Amino acid sequence: MEATIAGQIIDLNNEGYLTDLNQWNKEVAAQIAQEEGIELTDGHWPVLEYLQEQYRNEVPLSIRKVGKSGVVDIKQFYALFPGGPLKKASRIAGIPKPASCI
Amino acid sequence: MKDLVILGAGTAGTMMSNHLAKRLPNDWRIRIVDQRKIHHYQPGYLFIPFGTYKEEDIIKPIQQFIPERAEYIQQSILKVDAEHNRVYLEDSRVLDYDVLIIATGTDIAPEEIDGMMGDHWHKSVFDFYTLDGAVKLHKKLENWKGGHLAVHITEMPIKCPVAPLEFTFLADAYFEQRGIRDKVKISFVTPMDGAFTKPVASAHLGHLLEEKGIEVVPNFNIMSLDGERKVITDYEGKEVSYDLLVTIPTNKGADYVERSGLGDELNFIPTHKGTLQSKAKENIFVIGDATNLPASKAGSVAHFEGEILLENIMRYINGKELLDEFDGHANCFVETGHGKALLIDFNYTHQPVSGTFPIPGVGPLNLLKESRMNHMGKMAFKWIYWNMLITGKHIPFVSSKMNEAGKNFEEANV
Repeated sequence: MEATIAGQIIDLNNEGYLTDLNQWNKEVAAQIAQEEGIELTDGHWPVLEYLQEQYRNEVPLSIRKVGKSGVVDIKQFYALFPGGPLKKASRIAGIPKPASCI
Repeated sequence: MKDLVILGAGTAGTMMSNHLAKRLPNDWRIRIVDQRKIHHYQPGYLFIPFGTYKEEDIIKPIQQFIPERAEYIQQSILKVDAEHNRVYLEDSRVLDYDVLIIATGTDIAPEEIDGMMGDHWHKSVFDFYTLDGAVKLHKKLENWKGGHLAVHITEMPIKCPVAPLEFTFLADAYFEQRGIRDKVKISFVTPMDGAFTKPVASAHLGHLLEEKGIEVVPNFNIMSLDGERKVITDYEGKEVSYDLLVTIPTNKGADYVERSGLGDELNFIPTHKGTLQSKAKENIFVIGDATNLPASKAGSVAHFEGEILLENIMRYINGKELLDEFDGHANCFVETGHGKALLIDFNYTHQPVSGTFPIPGVGPLNLLKESRMNHMGKMAFKWIYWNMLITGKHIPFVSSKMNEAGKNFEEANV
């Protein structure tokens, strides 16, 4: 499905995750973050960039991987994206939701 | 004489030794290393806690499945020196290789979580991902009078990601059979956002949890376990108390992978997802649970990888370009209790949907739908495993690449 986010037409899946990372930019991220109740700050961007880089390299993501990335530790990750950090951060970063096989 | 060495004689390693024994030219020697003597039918662990299988039903000697042409070396692996194409074993033996296949899988690492190991381990906190854990859990369940059972996933990725859910369904049926279901509260505690994370599976199967009276605690990333208070705590301070905790601890690749500098933070090995060649070195290939691929860690995946890996090793030794063809295909039976099961078939790009399997439009198995036939398929699979899968025989009608016919993909586009 399509949605207008930050004045642009963006392709989303039915759970609100971007289906094409090329459509992502910082304005889109900021608006999705707002929907998640998060105001993006300087601390958020390096995390989002890290997630995107891992996704481009086809590396499966986990909370532990983010915690060991050197970008943030797990507690900081929770503080930046309260509730479900990997799930929310992935949506804001424009990459697929972390999922199991079923 | 040229040398091919396989590390690990589990599902993937044993299968590859059989494939290669038939195809490698005669000037190649095959050696396979594993520290164990006994091959475990790991899908059987799930049934041990409920008494459906006993220990002796799911073990056989490794040697029985290694082809005559290959030499089996029962020894621990110290280190791989990828630069010099050498494997060091604990008894100080050194194996030089031209081609290395890593198939050492994954194991549980409960020590990764603060407080998980302790006096309570295998007393009130259990795993069923080891034979030892499954057998001890069986003894515990037999005498258990009831209380709060929490089934818990520590973190992803784990081997056989559907097993925790299957365990939960089977536990529900088991307590019902024993007439104490009303004395047991069952919770499913997961770091994911639900018991089902894919939209189609969720739509088809979400009702199962409610029907069976199973409470789901989502988005729970465990930080620590307090064995005395019988409480697990997550990074946000959320607590879940239990009387009996059945946890899937952190899954990690083998320790020698870390010592060899070949793994990621969980000792899984960066691997090209289509060719199964390691990213570290051209002559190292990786198969099964040992890889870091975004595919499920499951025997069926290793089986499908096997056909492509065999082809790629033949191409590699003949100086030809590798096939970039593995599609992440997985095929798993999911027990739902009371003699029924589901079947799911999926790959890197397609989530599990409904349909028929293995013959499009015919079946006899139904995808993403509970049936007795699926359960019979799961139980019959033990014979297929010992007699066809690890011995490298082709399983009729089931191709390594996922068949897109007979599947209702339009469901995924809603």
